[in-house]
Amino acid sequence: MTIGLNEFLILSALLFAVGFFGVLVRKNTLVIYMCLELMLVASTIALGAFSRFNGILDGNVFVFFILTVAAAEVAVGLAIIVALFRKRGTVQVEELNALKN
Amino acid sequence: MANLLFYLFAALTVGFALAVVFNKNTVNAALCLLLSLIGVAGIFALLDALLLSVLLILVYAGAVVALFLFIVMLLNPQAVPQKPYKKISMAAGAIAAALLGLGIWSLVAHGQLSTAPATADFEAGLKDYGAKLFTTYLLPVEVVGFLLLVAMLGVIVLSKKFEVQEDGK
Repeated sequence: MTIGLNEFLILSALLFAVGFFGVLVRKNTLVIYMCLELMLVASTIALGAFSRFNGILDGNVFVFFILTVAAAEVAVGLAIIVALFRKRGTVQVEELNALKN
Repeated sequence: MANLLFYLFAALTVGFALAVVFNKNTVNAALCLLLSLIGVAGIFALLDALLLSVLLILVYAGAVVALFLFIVMLLNPQAVPQKPYKKISMAAGAIAAALLGLGIWSLVAHGQLSTAPATADFEAGLKDYGAKLFTTYLLPVEVVGFLLLVAMLGVIVLSKKFEVQEDGK
């Protein structure tokens, strides 16, 4: 049995599911952020697979842009987490309840 | 051979992604993320996108994971005692993952995706990327460059301390 488009898409969906589960379950903001990165990478696998199996390069160029945006996003997100830690002294989500009530 | 490599990289990716989710130690989670991303880079190499595979290792493994490790070192979250998962969030996560799994199963069972093999003449060299980036996608390249500048300025503003202003008023 040869590896087709289906296998790559299933891998992408599996990785996305794992990242999604992590975002919902974990309480540490840093680990939630890592799981978000996993979900982003899972979507790029789907784009790369579609690009390869269609025989056109545009999907790969999109992955290129996603990588760039992800790098910028990580820098800003981690800066926000650091600012949050300075202000509140914690990175656990259940203690960040300033908007509750 | 390619089949074996695909399953190897897929197992590496998903296995270490699970390790990221279930690891108590944040530093270990970051290192598991690194290994998972190396698996993804292997998957991209199997998709004949060698440039993306190298870029993934450079940008993600080189920059993003290193940044994560620095922030973990800076914040030292181990000082906060780790509490077990909340039952309600565990249940919500399990239900959500089960729904996604059901979606995958449905795709496999009733999917209408083409099973045609990949086209043989797939050109993904540096030349092809350059031609695309500097003709069709010239405007997005400019926008992304500006985005990087904005992100850099934003990070500087966010990490600055504003205590002087607060004390002055």
